[in-house]
Amino acid sequence: MTLITVDPLKAPSFPKAAAELLRDTQLRRNVAHATDVIQHKRAALVAEKSDWQALRTAGAAIRAEALRHLDRYLEQFEKQFTAAGGHVHWASDADEARRIIAGILHDAQADEVIKIKSMTTAEIDLNRSLESAGVRVYETDLAELILQLGHDQPSHIIAPALHKNRHQVRDLFAREMHLPDLADDPPALTEAARLYLREKFLKVKAAICGANFLIAETGSICIVESEGNGRMCLTLSDTLISVAGIEKVIPTFAGLEVLLQTLPRAATGERMNPYNSIWTGVTPGDGPHNMHVVLLDNGRSNLLEKEITRQTLQCIRCGACLNTCPVYRQTGGHAYGSVYSGPIGAILTPQLFALEHAQSLPYASSLCGACYEVCPVKINIPEVLVYLRSRVVDKNRNNLSSVFSQERIGMKMMARIFLNHERFEKAQRMARIFEKPFIGQDGWIHKLPGLAGQWTAARDLAPIPAQSFREWWRGRKASQ
Amino acid sequence: MRISLFITCYNDTLFPHTGKAVVSVLERLGHTVDFPIDQTCCGQMHFNTGYRRAAYPLAKRFVSIFRDAEAVCIPSSSCVAMIRDYYADLADENHDQELAADLRTLLPRIFEFTELLTDCLHLEDVGASFSHRVTYHASCHGLRSLHLGDKPIRLLRHVRGLDLIELPNSDRCCGFGGTFAVKNAGVSTAMLEEKLDAILGTGAEICTACDNSCLMHIQGRLHRHGADVRAMHIAEILASENREREGTP
Repeated sequence: MTLITVDPLKAPSFPKAAAELLRDTQLRRNVAHATDVIQHKRAALVAEKSDWQALRTAGAAIRAEALRHLDRYLEQFEKQFTAAGGHVHWASDADEARRIIAGILHDAQADEVIKIKSMTTAEIDLNRSLESAGVRVYETDLAELILQLGHDQPSHIIAPALHKNRHQVRDLFAREMHLPDLADDPPALTEAARLYLREKFLKVKAAICGANFLIAETGSICIVESEGNGRMCLTLSDTLISVAGIEKVIPTFAGLEVLLQTLPRAATGERMNPYNSIWTGVTPGDGPHNMHVVLLDNGRSNLLEKEITRQTLQCIRCGACLNTCPVYRQTGGHAYGSVYSGPIGAILTPQLFALEHAQSLPYASSLCGACYEVCPVKINIPEVLVYLRSRVVDKNRNNLSSVFSQERIGMKMMARIFLNHERFEKAQRMARIFEKPFIGQDGWIHKLPGLAGQWTAARDLAPIPAQSFREWWRGRKASQ
Repeated sequence: MRISLFITCYNDTLFPHTGKAVVSVLERLGHTVDFPIDQTCCGQMHFNTGYRRAAYPLAKRFVSIFRDAEAVCIPSSSCVAMIRDYYADLADENHDQELAADLRTLLPRIFEFTELLTDCLHLEDVGASFSHRVTYHASCHGLRSLHLGDKPIRLLRHVRGLDLIELPNSDRCCGFGGTFAVKNAGVSTAMLEEKLDAILGTGAEICTACDNSCLMHIQGRLHRHGADVRAMHIAEILASENREREGTP
């Protein structure tokens, strides 16, 4: 598949990437099946919480408070984490983050590193830069391992290899781990991964992770996971580097009471994650003694000023919006040209790039609202999507190819027509004349030119009735 | 009650029979229908496609036309959602306090067609009869913005002779999405194909909804496939009084 890239600078537009992915029926079956399974698990566990809506409201309030005073909470986190024996680094962009991390590993004389699944490190394309600096990187999350061995890209925030089924994973493991007789049942596959990874856990002394939450009050870091690979990395390593977006901070430890109820239910359909690790700095003789946090901005602070854009940063990366999204269901994550896919990716990616890139993403939605309905921190994704669409239109206002686009001309004309009902009536009559040559023998329209051709590519169109409603109404009034 | 009809631009042009059906139901129930002739469009298409500046004068226009209505009936849930969810934002970002104030008093008098029947007129049986197998598609704006819930279903259950068949995954979008259907035609069609499978699987003769926009999209594909299932706005079913007069679908 040639079009797959998760680099928004190089990615094709959403419709173009989607067109190719729509032809991959195996991938679409895998995505539909996997998202159906997670959605049903989620729905059952949400249903058992009578206070689910209150939990959503509380979670949104905790995240909104953190973002409203982000400077204050980040500084508080820095102070507490440093007091507990850790080191805090501030990275304004991906490049700075990569340099900081390479520097820490260099100082620790580490030429190998084990990793816990982290979207933020994927965002800064960390693995590739480390590899080119001569550091071997071992992904230890099962799905991330599948991607790494297959030189593939994540297609989901929580289940990054969701586009692969177990038969495909079996073939990959058999080839890469030299296990020609490997069976394709889940226990056999996980056992193969376990044996492969166990050696790395025991041998490699530096680990890199992300962060689910940074707690300002105590300077603690929280990571939740399902496989135990995270716990291994977090406890067996000497040097531990956490890479976290600046938005990951929450004000108090008590905030976890809400977020650790909603996150696992929304994300994986579990009451609680199997492994919840929360640590506060260095403890002599116990766990990593060389502990770092890299706080990454990379465009995030641009979203803070306006409330409508700021809510995007409330995201706790549960992926529920992906699982419920009818668009994601058809294409999977690769169509979004970013490590952040689905509805949250459609609003996050273009904003991180100040809308210079990924301008097609805000339009990659039917605005059905299913994402908002399931979001555990109540991000009104449709509202943000339509807002970003207006920013795209405004940005291209003076762009020549856009000024003369059929869409812009059409929208301008329609706006003028709708301002006057007589003009509107005239346009209704004109439309009836214009469509005449396109009406087929069966009385339906099968093919239209220009943009409208995108409609008739898949759908017929009934011709405009001879009499509009207002014409009928006027006639009726006259005869009364 | 004097009910002002906002027919919406696309119903006016493409689905006049839906408007006639709304008038027929409301008059049959003893109400007076008023149609302000200078109405045009709520601005949804412009707003949702990103032409927010063009939507503002249309919002102003709508509010000034319907400001004094006793009740406004709109047979399109996505247009009602536009007015309820976003007009206040338009007033706010254009610092239009007059629009904001007029809107606040007008909003409680705006009803989607089935809402008007159930919430305002407190009816479930509107005296309709329609002897056909029908399945109901819950359009997204009706479902998630208006929270119509089972209101349309309750109305359909009281239609004499109507055999209502539940649509599997009825809360899943049909793929219309306004300009999405054109800008992302490939994905839109893939979503529509799944919806068609669900509709055809019910064995219904009619697929109904509260939005002709979704129905136009569904009907367009049904016709392309040569399927003889017909898409029909709920108002047209509720306007039917007996099967002889309404004929076969």
